[in-house]
Amino acid sequence: MAGTERFQALFEPRGVLVAGASTHPGKFGFVSLHNILAGGYEGKVFGTNRDGAEVLGVQTVADVADLPDGEIDLVFVCTPAPANPDLLRACAKKGITAAFVASAGYGEAGDEGVAAQRDLVALADELGILLAGPNGQGVVSPPASLCAQIVAPNPPRGHIAIASQSGNFVSSFENYAQLTGVGVSRAVSAGNAAAVGVPDYLEYYADDPETRVSLVYVEGVGDGRAFYERVRSLAERKPIVLVKGGATAGGQRAAASHTGALASDDTVFDGMARQAGMSRAPHVEAAFEAAATFASQPLPRGNRVAVVTTVGGWGVAAADAIAPTSLELAALPDDLRTAIDAELPPRWSRSNPIDMAGGETRDTVPTVLELVASHPDVDAVIFLGMGIQSNQAQLMREGPFFPDHGLARIVEFHERQDARYAEAAGEVSERTGKPVLVATELAVTSPGNPGPAAVRAGGRLCYPSANRAVAALDHLWRRSRWLSRRGLA
Amino acid sequence: MPTLSEAASKEVLAAYGVPFPDERVVTTADEAVAAADAIGYPVVAKLGGDAIAHKTERGLVRLGLGSAHQVRDAATALLAAATPGDGDVHVLVAPMLRATRELIAGLADNPQFGMTVMLGVGGILAEAVADVSFRLVPIDRTDAEEMIDDLALQALLGPFRGEPAVDRAAVADVLVALSDAAGERDDISSADLNPLLVVDGMPVAVDALVEVR
Repeated sequence: MAGTERFQALFEPRGVLVAGASTHPGKFGFVSLHNILAGGYEGKVFGTNRDGAEVLGVQTVADVADLPDGEIDLVFVCTPAPANPDLLRACAKKGITAAFVASAGYGEAGDEGVAAQRDLVALADELGILLAGPNGQGVVSPPASLCAQIVAPNPPRGHIAIASQSGNFVSSFENYAQLTGVGVSRAVSAGNAAAVGVPDYLEYYADDPETRVSLVYVEGVGDGRAFYERVRSLAERKPIVLVKGGATAGGQRAAASHTGALASDDTVFDGMARQAGMSRAPHVEAAFEAAATFASQPLPRGNRVAVVTTVGGWGVAAADAIAPTSLELAALPDDLRTAIDAELPPRWSRSNPIDMAGGETRDTVPTVLELVASHPDVDAVIFLGMGIQSNQAQLMREGPFFPDHGLARIVEFHERQDARYAEAAGEVSERTGKPVLVATELAVTSPGNPGPAAVRAGGRLCYPSANRAVAALDHLWRRSRWLSRRGLA
Repeated sequence: MPTLSEAASKEVLAAYGVPFPDERVVTTADEAVAAADAIGYPVVAKLGGDAIAHKTERGLVRLGLGSAHQVRDAATALLAAATPGDGDVHVLVAPMLRATRELIAGLADNPQFGMTVMLGVGGILAEAVADVSFRLVPIDRTDAEEMIDDLALQALLGPFRGEPAVDRAAVADVLVALSDAAGERDDISSADLNPLLVVDGMPVAVDALVEVR
């Protein structure tokens, strides 16, 4: 099969075989089968086991030949490396066209392993099997309810597609997806990437209608020029957020020229990433938050940001965070100031950051968000201060006086209001086509708070701080600008 | 890898539009004086040749020559300082340009990414400051403009100590010219424009060193 169609068997298999299914709950062959079944995979699940034992209710077979023809697309390989060539041959006869090889003992394991890996790649190629791994942690595809991996978690469904040269970073990104509710479309640990590498997965993600943004962790890119040529055309189509490990390794080589002496590995890599239109993040959290923002917010058409806050200090911190970025704090237009004057007592800041200074009543926050976001001189909004009242409400709810003294009523009011603010932010963003980011540390410190909970329920990221919202928005604006400068947006 | 002389390096890169000062290559002290008269004082005189790569370290650069007399003495001394190992030598006479801002630009062949083009903040602290931006050859004007944006010391590019802001379009021209040179001449393995002076806001490369394969 040509192009990205061959990845269908990996990400949308009709049936899955776990090769080396084990009765021992500590073994990969047990854990992967467990995760596939517990993840609610809807296709048929098969297993092989040396003794043909029953594992987790699946009646395994000792020989692949005893499995039905044409019902299985993907084999998840947990068998020892020496057994795998025969396994793949038998699988090919059953119509299996994709293999995720979790087994170790390949390129990471000395000269013999390197040779075994080379032979396995050649064999898979000959058999027409897409070979993922080896030595990888697995593949996850929520649209197919597929969680074929030897680690947790099973992330919620969403639009972020993950490819990583480190299996543990797949888990890290999935954990963030679970924490924030901004979900995953596909995730794969490239393992040794013997036959299929990160750029190949990116190519599939660029075509994949479930995916809005790719999120990748790489340590090395091999032939850097070839990597650049491929990702460049893919980044034109969908955002690619990249975090690179080993950024400080290598360093300067002795060079005759001054230019060569200034060319640290990371500096050149960074320039390549910018040229290719990738969004490079400095670390894993920032990478996830950038990807989650690409997945859940529209691209801004300009860099003018309005900060709307119920609390002064956070507005100042947001303005400080904006200063060194590509974003700018919008100058508050006169007509917008006049419009807000009608909604708030005179003590509000009357400039951007728009500090409501506690002057808001029942409908003020949704109204002001709407006024600000719909103004043509504002390209994006950051909203701060949500959830504070609900946090107090929680203290009251858990205190000794609840529900008397009018507490039941006020608690219920605050919780409803904060949820409403979060919903308003999402609705205003959709109506205006502009990013509206909500930030509060309560997203982390009190995730059950109705404010952050409602942001999560709306499928958007609730940023743990204003500066992290700014960092994510900076990525969106840089991409928007990269596209428009090249006539691509 | 062999280096070209400063004069030959400049000739290669000037063909693609890298801006250099009006300067002359001469082989006698008399010719040096005539060149200085034509260019206008003060001038710089440097000993050049294919085998001479590190002129400053060998004391082969004479700055701020304000008269015909000084030029004659300097040219005579430079020609006398040549060693047999230097091969054919000449004296390069160039105007003495004054600038408070120095950039550095160049080409380097990266083992992983192939030929790259670089822009950075120049001067004697260049390597310590390491405020640089790289792209892979070839670049277009948009890439070049973004390289300028990449530099952290943006304040250096605005109006500075009575001098106008750096002409960003002219700097972008230099970067595109370097990229074009590397794209067409695959014998170039590296190039340094160090320094790329900013004179009245315009970039001028007062030194160039091209390495060829």
